[in-house]
Amino acid sequence: MNFRAIQAIYLFEMARTWRTLLQSIVSPVVSTSLYFVVFGAAIGSRITEVDGVSYGTFIVPGLVMLSVLTQSIANASFGIYFPKFVGTIYEILSAPVSYIEIVIGYVGAAATKSIILGLIILATAALFVPLHILHPWWMLTFLMLTAVTFSLFGFIIGIWADGFEKLQMIPMLVVTPLTFLGGSFYSVNMLPSGWRTITLLNPVVYLISGFRWSFYEIADVSVALSLGMTIGFLAICMTLVWWIFRTGYRLRN
Amino acid sequence: MLASPPIISVSNLSKTYGSGFKALNGINLDIRRGEIFALLGPNGAGKTTLISIICGIANLSEGSVSVGGHDINKDYRTARSLIGLVPQELHTDSFETVWATVSFSRGLFGKPKNPAHIEKVLKDLSLWDKKDSKIITLSGGMKRRVMIAKALSHEPQILFLDEPTAGVDVELRKGMWDVVRGLQASGVTIILTTHYIQEAEEMADRIGVINKGEIILVEDKAGLMQKLGKKHLKLYLQGKVDAIPASLAAYNLELSDDGHAVIYNYDTKGERTGITSLLGDLRNAGIRISDLDTTQSSLEDIFVSLVRAP
Repeated sequence: MNFRAIQAIYLFEMARTWRTLLQSIVSPVVSTSLYFVVFGAAIGSRITEVDGVSYGTFIVPGLVMLSVLTQSIANASFGIYFPKFVGTIYEILSAPVSYIEIVIGYVGAAATKSIILGLIILATAALFVPLHILHPWWMLTFLMLTAVTFSLFGFIIGIWADGFEKLQMIPMLVVTPLTFLGGSFYSVNMLPSGWRTITLLNPVVYLISGFRWSFYEIADVSVALSLGMTIGFLAICMTLVWWIFRTGYRLRN
Repeated sequence: MLASPPIISVSNLSKTYGSGFKALNGINLDIRRGEIFALLGPNGAGKTTLISIICGIANLSEGSVSVGGHDINKDYRTARSLIGLVPQELHTDSFETVWATVSFSRGLFGKPKNPAHIEKVLKDLSLWDKKDSKIITLSGGMKRRVMIAKALSHEPQILFLDEPTAGVDVELRKGMWDVVRGLQASGVTIILTTHYIQEAEEMADRIGVINKGEIILVEDKAGLMQKLGKKHLKLYLQGKVDAIPASLAAYNLELSDDGHAVIYNYDTKGERTGITSLLGDLRNAGIRISDLDTTQSSLEDIFVSLVRAP
């Protein structure tokens, strides 16, 4: 294992994060605060409790997940796409590093960044609504699993993309809608039964449900199923990454 | 003297791109330890593809490559750790400082931190006073040197320089060659590609010519220089001859211009050029000369005739 290479890539990526602190950390925090003001305070005050918790409190886990998902994908896809775009990828490819080391470096940094971001948003939320976390370790577990899985997914998008348009396309057209429809702002049980069945095809439902359970012990689907599905997505992403490096897809032509 | 094993050995290497384009076709090439090898070839000949495969940036289609005795696929870690690569294009991280980007390269190649070595590399390349500058603020020539510094950060045994002096001014080019010679003196093997034949002539120990994905010539520079020493004397005749008279057979003359001229090849470095006796023998044979002309074949001519050959 070339640990020094992992460290070099990881620190390089984290340095990029600190350099772009404003867009990396500040803007998601600002936009999340806006969600709290609009949904939590303005609209939420007209909504009675959902599953026994106030609406403002109910949406906290969903909002954290929304940011973690989008930021994981954005960070990781940009992290690997940019060297491809400017050509500095040559150095990574010519270095004595295995694909596992490259993935740990890039995905590790992207996941770290979104976990930090998730915790900052959680702290921001605590300023607006009373927060209680029943299972903090499970909360962290779901947070980490989701950050790693979606950073891997972002890494795959970054390798697949051959233009900035494609880089934006999947997060915009697929991930954001799935997150909004995945129960960030409502309980799946609030939907008519037909829509409910369709919603259960949305993978994000399981992520948010499990994460919300770790806060309030309320869930749309069982926790075991949430955990299983999350690990399942992780396995799918890992397989795809393994295939990419084995074939040299879009990396070593 | 027993020849030491080649530091890079390329055998039967072929590369076909997904589009079906065959960039390399059955390349066989050995690079000797400690030499400066110049790879010459026109645009699109396959120079960069060959380097990319040896360095691990592109996959090969057929054949094999070993670096320091290590197969580049089976034992890529050892093979790649021996190599420093300076690609043709200026690929740099604009917002990093010179020091950070060179240190990053060293880490990436798995070497422990060694500020003294990086300091030496930066000083050798006249970059020391720029170590805290962001790369985006540097000139093209400096960026090129930053890339060389990155390639040297992990103390490679082999250095690839792909068109290192493209777009670099004369002064800087000289400085760069001094660095290259210094590296060779410290035992580093250097492979460079270039368009400038003069450059190859000045720097290289051996020269290889690649065209249309095939190596068409590999020779010691001395051998090529000998070819360079050849001159051609063209004698324009007052009349026309149908054949070279038997009395002149020893000169190996060639008929030219439909028999209105003859060409004599001689070696300027030889003790005797044979010109005086040729002229005498021509007169004895009754052949009169109206004019004469001498030309020298340059490496450029050899190169052009090689790559133009069908």
